[in-house]
Amino acid sequence: MFKQIGAVTMINLRSIPQRAGLSLATIISIALVTGVLLGFLAMSNGFRATLQGTGSDNVAVALRAGSQAELNSGLSSEDVRLIEEAPGVARDSEGRPLVSGELYVIVDGTKRASGTDANLPLRGVGPQALSLREGFEMVEGRMFEPGTNELVVGASVLREFSGFDLGETIRLGSNEWVVVGIFSTGGSVFESEIWADIAVIQNLYNRGTAVQSVRARLTSVEAIEDLRAWEEDEPRVNLDIESETDFFASQAGGTAVLIEFVGWPLAIIMAIGALAGAWNTMYSSVDTRMREIATLRAIGFSGFAAAVGTMVESLVLAALGGLVGALAIYLLFNGVSASTLGSGFTQVVFSFAVTGGSVIAGMVMAVVIGFFGGLVPAIRSAYVPLLTVHRSE
Amino acid sequence: MASLYELKDLSKRYTRGKESITIFEELTMSIPQGDFIAIMGPSGSGKTTLLNLLGGIDRPSSGSVECEGVRVDKLSEGKLAKWRSQHVGFIFQFYNLMPTLTAAQNVELPLLLTKLSGKQRKDRVATALDIVGLADRKGHRPRQLSGGQQQRVAIARAIVADPKVLLCDEPTGDLDRASADEILETLQLLNKELGKTIVMVTHDPSAAKYAARELHLDKGRFIEAKAEPAQ
Repeated sequence: MFKQIGAVTMINLRSIPQRAGLSLATIISIALVTGVLLGFLAMSNGFRATLQGTGSDNVAVALRAGSQAELNSGLSSEDVRLIEEAPGVARDSEGRPLVSGELYVIVDGTKRASGTDANLPLRGVGPQALSLREGFEMVEGRMFEPGTNELVVGASVLREFSGFDLGETIRLGSNEWVVVGIFSTGGSVFESEIWADIAVIQNLYNRGTAVQSVRARLTSVEAIEDLRAWEEDEPRVNLDIESETDFFASQAGGTAVLIEFVGWPLAIIMAIGALAGAWNTMYSSVDTRMREIATLRAIGFSGFAAAVGTMVESLVLAALGGLVGALAIYLLFNGVSASTLGSGFTQVVFSFAVTGGSVIAGMVMAVVIGFFGGLVPAIRSAYVPLLTVHRSE
Repeated sequence: MASLYELKDLSKRYTRGKESITIFEELTMSIPQGDFIAIMGPSGSGKTTLLNLLGGIDRPSSGSVECEGVRVDKLSEGKLAKWRSQHVGFIFQFYNLMPTLTAAQNVELPLLLTKLSGKQRKDRVATALDIVGLADRKGHRPRQLSGGQQQRVAIARAIVADPKVLLCDEPTGDLDRASADEILETLQLLNKELGKTIVMVTHDPSAAKYAARELHLDKGRFIEAKAEPAQ
């Protein structure tokens, strides 16, 4: 049986050039489906990787209870002071608590690619902020001077938005700022932010002494439980406390899932179209080879071998389409930087990531299209009337 | 000569819409082993239908087709396919070669249904191509061969599995006279030297003369049967 199937498959595959146009159309349509799916998955993966790659298990993030995102949160200076004294919070060599109260406001930036405005996060930070960001380094310029209108920008902001080059003066809202430094945090989400002195921002944006989040370095990963227990028992605070890793993972989840919720249905709708194309191609394949198939069956080949040969042809075309789509997306998008709206209603800069898992998902979808596109034609080829052997072509 | 085929009360009817068309009714005949029969007759007389029934690629409406004691008309599809692969070699008017395969690969096709090794298959293919005089064309694809050469490849394919009977449907219908004569001489050789039973459907009286006997079929009946010496 295997010899039969091998022979029929070889005949089918070698005859593809006779149907080059239709076969190519099938390959392209399946490549498009795979490409669209992989594009969305690469976006989702990249976004998720950027946010999930941010944060540390040794850092706790405290927000007002129920606020879910920094933008919605509001904490007083009293909250900050109480957290500084809480159990599980680490201190530096001079005994100062490693705690950073931070303010988070939205400003406009102009995207380099489109020239359109998009939201950017302007984070007000104090001197302890740097010690709470692992991998932080100034790649150009210097840190801002406290009490001035200086700011430093993340490397991703500089890459995606115009007007933030070192030394430039930029107007954000009604205030002018001078860019004095570019910083990196190893590709994490903080690189999509602009930082300035918290006291200056509190003043310019009329926030008094309020902050929106508090970051605290923990004495150990387990110390977060001490901090939570303290929060439970402390009537003067009402906080949600998470490790920074968990905080960003939950922030990533919503947007990444949303991207996939758009990507999969779109890919499936396109797949239905591609399936019609594959079906048409395979019908044509069987039609043009009716006499050949009938001859093989007259010689003694089984209908099953004819069906498998047709199915293999369909799967090969689909797999080729999947590979072309995956390769195209990999070459065009993998590692390409883009930005999209994050859960804080600000732009998060991330890199498209075409992963092995998403390529497998794309290939599976391509092969499924090939299978269903080839199924009916394959059954048909198994039942080609033997009397077709007498047909002239 | 021992009988190879026994056809008894064979009828074949088709239904086209509400109309029933009778191709032949209660046809009875015997084909001895080693015979070379030319079946002639006008279009629609049932020649090709008879060939299809002999080859097991069609089934009778009633009656029986028996080959060496086997009721061919009663075999299941699977068993019929196996029977065809072991007992029948087909030669068609339009050669029916696989255009993407070489002459040798085309000839090898029936052997893929056997348990022969690759080496044995290769030897058998070489022998079959040698018999039809195309040993030097084994690597050519059909489009690189003339019509006569393509039909000789088809004959090699028909004989390579060593079937007892060759069923030929207008084997020279698409060829010029010279090529047709070459093909008919080859068939005659296969009949005389290798003892193949040959049933050939043809319109061409000069082709029929290569056969040991001619049967004339008209409106489903043999109206004349004459035995003539082969050329």
